[in-house]
Amino acid sequence: MADPDRLEVRKTYKLYIGGKFPRTESGRSYLVNDAKGKPLANACRASRKDVRDAVVAARKAFPGWSGATAYNRGQVLYRVAEMLEGRRDQFVEEVVKAEGATQRQAADAVAKAVDRWVWYAGWADKLAQVLGSANPVAGPYFNFSVPEPTGVVGLVAPADSSLVGLVSRLAPIIVSGNTAVVLTSQTRPLPAVTLGEVLATSDLPGGVVNLLSGFTTELIGPLAAHMDVDALDLAGLDLALYRDAELAAATNVKRVVAPLRLSQRAWLDDARTQDPYWIAAFLEIKTVWHPIGV
Amino acid sequence: MADEISSASSRTPAQVDWGYAPAPEATDHVKLREEYGLLIGGRWVAPLSESTFKTINPASEEVLAVIAEGGEEDVDAAVKAARTAYTKVWSKTSGTERAKYLYRIARILQERSREFAVLESMNGGKPIKESRDVDLPLAAAHFFYHAGWADKLDYAFPGRRPRPLGVAAQVIPWNFPLLMAAWKLAPALAAGNTVVLKPAETTPLTALLLGEVLQQAELPDGVVNIITGAGQTGAALVGHPDVDKVAFTGSTEVGKAIQRTLAGSGKRLTLELGGKAANIVLDDAPLDQAVEGIINGIYFNQGHVCCAGSRLLVQESVAEPLVAKLKRRMTTLRVGDPLDKNTDIGAINSRAQLDRIEELVASGEADGAEAWQPPCQLPERGFWFRPTVFTHVAQSYRIAQEEIFGPVLSVLTFRTPDEAVTKANNTPSGLSAGVWTDKGSRILDLAGRLRAGVVWANTFNRFDPTSPFGGYQESGFGREGGRHGLASYVDLE
Repeated sequence: MADPDRLEVRKTYKLYIGGKFPRTESGRSYLVNDAKGKPLANACRASRKDVRDAVVAARKAFPGWSGATAYNRGQVLYRVAEMLEGRRDQFVEEVVKAEGATQRQAADAVAKAVDRWVWYAGWADKLAQVLGSANPVAGPYFNFSVPEPTGVVGLVAPADSSLVGLVSRLAPIIVSGNTAVVLTSQTRPLPAVTLGEVLATSDLPGGVVNLLSGFTTELIGPLAAHMDVDALDLAGLDLALYRDAELAAATNVKRVVAPLRLSQRAWLDDARTQDPYWIAAFLEIKTVWHPIGV
Repeated sequence: MADEISSASSRTPAQVDWGYAPAPEATDHVKLREEYGLLIGGRWVAPLSESTFKTINPASEEVLAVIAEGGEEDVDAAVKAARTAYTKVWSKTSGTERAKYLYRIARILQERSREFAVLESMNGGKPIKESRDVDLPLAAAHFFYHAGWADKLDYAFPGRRPRPLGVAAQVIPWNFPLLMAAWKLAPALAAGNTVVLKPAETTPLTALLLGEVLQQAELPDGVVNIITGAGQTGAALVGHPDVDKVAFTGSTEVGKAIQRTLAGSGKRLTLELGGKAANIVLDDAPLDQAVEGIINGIYFNQGHVCCAGSRLLVQESVAEPLVAKLKRRMTTLRVGDPLDKNTDIGAINSRAQLDRIEELVASGEADGAEAWQPPCQLPERGFWFRPTVFTHVAQSYRIAQEEIFGPVLSVLTFRTPDEAVTKANNTPSGLSAGVWTDKGSRILDLAGRLRAGVVWANTFNRFDPTSPFGGYQESGFGREGGRHGLASYVDLE
């Protein structure tokens, strides 16, 4: 492993906003420890303004990403899997440090994270067929319903499962064409930040996923109340913060998915985390009518 | 008769009186009780609150009946009755049996449609031709459609075994009183839930008559409970701790308040709220056909329609002829007695709603928009508002941003389809939209880019139980109708 004679080049962990890796505008950081309490790195402590910048980036990316063909989005998500596969060793190391997992547990988690991208990638061009419909209305009209992405989705990443948990919630949000602003796990943000590097090299347009490390208590308020955020996935939110987040969300009638309590082990379980209804939670159904024969 | 015809043919056309002759629908078919209680656990009971209010005919301001105002203890009793019926009866009733109850209800509504249509127009003010031809057939169709789902739910959600949620609290608006009750009840019952229904304060009568229909269908006691009252009754219901699911159709403001009430509870919620739909007319649209769609879009049901096409966006090059045709067509609209079969625009639902419309129209004039109304006589009593069109409207005006919920149209213009999309999407709501053009590729392009749950292309205000209905953004979430509407009433976990 480490060469005792060589000084390691450390990584600076930054935010991922609009396809770029800025530091927080606030200039703040916080110390991230490993599972045993040993310091790992300084992570950016994002601010309210970073939340706003990330929402702006996500909104800007929405027309392009939602307007891309389903085939294209599926390929991009598959490309994410390819890139992640190529960096498995690095992520295993990150997960071991972040979660205090064994090498084997971490390897399982990384493998599952890769496979999850593959599983959700395949849904891109099937959603409209499985979740859409042609409707036999009682009159001379052609009537059909198609799923469309809700818009900008705020995601509170799972607190414990720093990689596979995050991927399991993020992939179903973006596969349909939504863009995302993610509050990474507060205590285990580093694998998420490194995932940003994978996303940046996966043909995923900048701004489709934006990753903010920092204090959830500080960031959830501005994210939940933001008028240009259409939906919230509170999967990783502490239950104590749930009510306030949803109160703020009502300001513009956001769609809200409640905090999800899954064990580390459950996040690895395909049956529980590979779910087309997780995609459907961030879809709108649009119905179009047209007369026949006039 | 033969003489008349021969003598008529010998007259000069100027002597024939083609003038308006009233054709009022008789009301003797409707037997109203003087006083209505609450339907709880299969019995009509006086409210524990001991509070009542009068419901009127908005076209005459005459009192129709005295209605119970449900208080907290009444709501509690209704929720308890629904819970008991759920646990002991309805959750053990097979899908096939549930289906048959719903089919029965659909049939009884068809059989008693005249009675319902007349009562709907008496209590709500909508023209009889609409309650007769739209509300009633659709309400019956809604029960009929959902009946068939009751024993086929496993096919609606691939890979899942749907389960009912339990007790559903449903709060419905006054613009389509019976139809909204049908939209809410049918999927809830088909999926195996029991219900406490709260009709709107100003239009309780057809929901109460529906309660009698449910009894006639021998629906088990407590499966549907009906609690009349105003906002406080509704608030008590949606906030009741033993309710598993809340469904609300109404104003955006109240919808937000309900979302706040339920915040942090994890309870299932669907909201169908207000809109400010853009009805977009492109330069190649068949203008006469479009005019009919515009009229239907905004003056249907006095404009008391959440998906009303209240913002007309016209391509600049055809704006002048289109508005001229529109005004000419508006002069033929007949405003007056809702029970007259000739009536196009009935009474405004309530004094409060009339006040809101008048206030917003005044704001439009103060902002600088130009209002136009066709000349027409209004009845002396009751609540009325002439069909109105505003031109010279800027996007920032309140009449271009806020839901008026009355027969008031705001006309804006655009130059390119891109501009039309931008303007159409420039509101916080997104319930519906209309597109008028002869070119299919333009329809599909615009339909794809409009952020709205329902897009009517070369038509407007069409509804069907098989067709999902519901909004984007602040117009709410969840769908009603179709397979998608069922999802709001099942647990897929």
